[in-house]
Amino acid sequence: MLVLALDTATPTLVAGIARWAPDGGIEVLAERAVPSGTKHAELLTPAVQGALADAGLSMNDVEAVVTGLGPGPFTGLRVGVVTAAAIADARGLPVVGVCSLDAVGSGARTVVTDARRKEVYWATYAADGSRTDGPAVVRPEELGLPGPFVGDPAFAERLGAEVVRADVTTEGLLRAATPQLADPSTAAPLVPLYLRRPDAVPPTSIKAVTR
Amino acid sequence: MKQEPIVIGFETSCDETGVGIVRGHTLLADALATSMAEHERFGGVVPEIASRAHLEAMVPTVHRALAEAGVQASDVDAVAVTSGPGLTGALLVGVAAAKAYALALDKPLYGVNHLAAHVAVDELQHGPLAEPSIAMLVSGGHSSLLLVPDLAQEVQSLGRTIDDAAGEAFDKVARVLGLPFPGGPPIDRAAREGDPTSIAFPRGLTGPRDPIYDFSFSGLKTAVARWVEARERAGEPVPVADVAASFQEAVADVLTAKAVRACKDHGVDHLVLGGGVAANSRLRALAEERCAAAGIVLRVPSPKLCTDNGAMVAALGSRLVAAGVAPSAPDLGADSSLPIETVSR
Ligand SMILES: [Zn+2]
Repeated sequence: MLVLALDTATPTLVAGIARWAPDGGIEVLAERAVPSGTKHAELLTPAVQGALADAGLSMNDVEAVVTGLGPGPFTGLRVGVVTAAAIADARGLPVVGVCSLDAVGSGARTVVTDARRKEVYWATYAADGSRTDGPAVVRPEELGLPGPFVGDPAFAERLGAEVVRADVTTEGLLRAATPQLADPSTAAPLVPLYLRRPDAVPPTSIKAVTR
Repeated sequence: MKQEPIVIGFETSCDETGVGIVRGHTLLADALATSMAEHERFGGVVPEIASRAHLEAMVPTVHRALAEAGVQASDVDAVAVTSGPGLTGALLVGVAAAKAYALALDKPLYGVNHLAAHVAVDELQHGPLAEPSIAMLVSGGHSSLLLVPDLAQEVQSLGRTIDDAAGEAFDKVARVLGLPFPGGPPIDRAAREGDPTSIAFPRGLTGPRDPIYDFSFSGLKTAVARWVEARERAGEPVPVADVAASFQEAVADVLTAKAVRACKDHGVDHLVLGGGVAANSRLRALAEERCAAAGIVLRVPSPKLCTDNGAMVAALGSRLVAAGVAPSAPDLGADSSLPIETVSR
């Protein structure tokens, strides 16, 4: 099955095309990893087009869509999720959402990515790759896990440990999505992993203006 | 005969998730979801709450629009989306969705200006716009006076609010009077029982040396708050209906006077109103009265089309397609302060 994979949970957006087999075999045909900062909305659809072109394929060939659900900075995260939802809807394809941290690195590890506000998103994984804790958000100083850490090396100093640079990959996204791709009826609704409540402060009373 | 193109329009600049579908100037569907109730206790739109709601509502709203229009996604000939102005995070949900539908359906994409779309929506009800027209857009987010020589390519700003939007003033005055949010409809209702001449609230920027076409509602809002507080301090009851009617009269008076003045100054005999505040009954009545006296043809869309919706975006998209305007580049994004001179980008 030809799968389009997207992720916008980190400052490097990912758009990839891969062949996925029910036995879990994954062959990545093309991948665009674009350092996009906060320009996910501008750059995601061109990256999808680029990846399709690199693979010599068109949208007509895509049979399923996988997207990272974060956690990640909200505005960029939503761009990827809504793009995946819309492409799947327009073409009548199944769509699967996965935790983006599951797609970073492999094996036993603790994944840390930038959650802004001096915090990290994190999750821990066993040797077989299954998630054992998280995803959650915390100040790196308070994480208190031994590692090994992979993800965003910018947090090494505050974690007091080495962080091996690793990014979300097409292969990682498909690996995480494998159970749901095998049985799309088990695919959960595409709800981003926000992990934080919206900042919503009631405006101060208008009467304060005149007092 | 080949039918006119079908255009789907996406609107997510504030708290309404709108998906509209038109064929030429014919409205086929106008599906809307709103997160208004979730903002109510904050007395204003909370951007992150609005953005989350847009994402949840997007695909279901597209489905409702397609069902209402009786068309398939594959029947769509072009995709239009509000690219600005508005709340960045909210805009981006619509922009990303529209880009994805355009890509997946292999159709051209038009990123359009929200304000120009407010003008375009009237074409769905009253046919092609007379050009040039003057347009006045008043809502919780905008208060603009526009000269529209060519809606597809050339729109000029004549004036705008220098502080609060007109709709914001309604919200704030409603809060002072203990009326619900959003403030427009409850003030309109309360005002029906009141005397609009009972309290002389100030008319902002109407002095001889003030900018002719700009608006200011901050002073009016403060004047209302002060007046109500003085009553409360004195232990007197607040005549809610009279305050609402007098406030509403001040707003309608300034807006219609400036709009008619803009028509006269520019030799334009068509005025279009748009935006949520254009649903206000006193504004509509006074505009009709003054336009009739000045020989100006007034066009006001129905209240549902005055407020933010997807149909207005589809209407402008349709206009752009008909005019042969080039579609947007693949790297289209959102611009929270997109100037009105940029009709599409
Ligand atoms: Zn609007």
